[in-house]
Amino acid sequence: MEPNTQKLIHSFGALADLGQEIADTGDFIEMVRTSLHLLLGTLGIRRGAVVECPLHLETTNSLAVWGLGEDYQPRFIVEESDREAFLNLRQGALPINSSVESNEPAVAPFLSRHGEELRAQQIELVAPVIVRGRMTGLVVLGGKASGEPFTPEDIEVISAMVRHIGVGIYTHRLLAEVKQRAEENERLYQDLRAIYRDTVRAFAAAIDVKDTYTQGHSERVGKYSEIIARELGWGENEVEGIAIAGYLHDIGKLAVERKIINAPYKIDAKESIELNRHPAAGFDILSPIHHPYADIPLMAKYHHERLDGRGYPDGLTDTQIPIGAKIVSLADSFDAMTTDRPYKTRRSFDEVVHDLRRNTGKQFDVQVVAAFCRALLKELNGETKERKFLKMLGKDYLNAEKDAPLLRELLNELDPNTQAAAAAGT
Amino acid sequence: MEESLNSDVRSHTVGTTAVVYAGDYLNKLTGERIERECRKQLDSGCRALVIDFSDTELVNSIGISILLGIIDIAEKSGALVVFSDVKNETVQLFEMLGLTRHVILAKDEQEALSSLSTPPPQSQAIGH
Repeated sequence: MEPNTQKLIHSFGALADLGQEIADTGDFIEMVRTSLHLLLGTLGIRRGAVVECPLHLETTNSLAVWGLGEDYQPRFIVEESDREAFLNLRQGALPINSSVESNEPAVAPFLSRHGEELRAQQIELVAPVIVRGRMTGLVVLGGKASGEPFTPEDIEVISAMVRHIGVGIYTHRLLAEVKQRAEENERLYQDLRAIYRDTVRAFAAAIDVKDTYTQGHSERVGKYSEIIARELGWGENEVEGIAIAGYLHDIGKLAVERKIINAPYKIDAKESIELNRHPAAGFDILSPIHHPYADIPLMAKYHHERLDGRGYPDGLTDTQIPIGAKIVSLADSFDAMTTDRPYKTRRSFDEVVHDLRRNTGKQFDVQVVAAFCRALLKELNGETKERKFLKMLGKDYLNAEKDAPLLRELLNELDPNTQAAAAAGT
Repeated sequence: MEESLNSDVRSHTVGTTAVVYAGDYLNKLTGERIERECRKQLDSGCRALVIDFSDTELVNSIGISILLGIIDIAEKSGALVVFSDVKNETVQLFEMLGLTRHVILAKDEQEALSSLSTPPPQSQAIGH
């Protein structure tokens, strides 16, 4: 093979490798180090370094060094006038020899500061790293192993490779900056979400304070809703959203008279109309707020709707009711059934199961009830670490031995496949 | 003769000479392993390095740079470097890039070891 052809193939191979290297988003310093190796190996250069010259700073930062001794880290002072001078070099690189100061007078100040040190390190060439018309670094290079001087073609190759290295450094720095800003934004966002959640919980507590008999109701509805959504396989963000909807579902009660909410008797029709205003009032309160989760106001508005159309405020039916509202509805009803109220004590668990069986498909959505039962059954079977139901219902309310079979039976009835199988068997 | 236990790079020593095998493709990964092995051998007192290229089909730019680094380290330690059993195309590449000015070339490992018992002047190729 002709030496020139071989040289060309070798250089092309190195350029291809360099392109791959700078596109790699991995370790930044390793990328620069490998790029330097590629440059040195392309022309058989024995030593060199890549030095970063951050914009608006005079001091430099050595990124990669090869063949200059373990302890030597090139550091330069680069003034704005030096940057201009390097941008306007006649060739793409500056040879370090005695005649250069007269040929390139603009770089004389830089060479007077660093020429001696560079010559002592056997540096023969300095190539500026130029990205988007700004000088962002220097590549210093020793002589060729062949002992021959650098040819204009060599300098062309060096300039091309140094441009690639510059783009690589710029891109990595840019990505790091973007990543850092994204992380900062994420932290701020998480802080804001935490503040939002805390505020919502404070609101929930405020709502519940108004109702003497249902303290902690909103928080529990939020937690039950969260459990159901998670069991339905919702994503973390949506689960958080439904929990918020649970916390805020009764916010409209703030617009209802306290004496109606706390009435120690079954309220009359007029009072009932007043009380039933609370979902629509909740929607009005929540709508102007820009929530970080979808449909919070709608979940509050429709948490008293029923599948059979007998709910309020709009008498929606099955598919018209958002799934979130169906979840909050079940969570709300379950908590109402399992806590003492002004006019009645809480129901036993088998009564609750009976109620769920009777009202699934009429008041409650079958998938939502099934998810709720599965989650509770998992806790009773000891399949979950946390005892969320136990914490909310109290340790004496549930009895795994007695209640798990009730749940299994209800689940079998709710599961369409089981029902189909049962139907086929009869 | 002492075989190296280093599983990454095959090598052995003959007296104060270390023979290090370059493998089939001398790139960044293999180059760095060879460099580590050469440094280790020089640190443990070897006065000559034979790098055997009998299996080496290809050397890329990073491999060249690393070989130059090894030559540099060896020179600083006062040790000789011999490249043995280098394929013709690789010899041409080494010549083009000036590596052959700093090492002895030998036809095979045996010749490399013999040459070191009576070292010829540097940059003189043996068997090529």
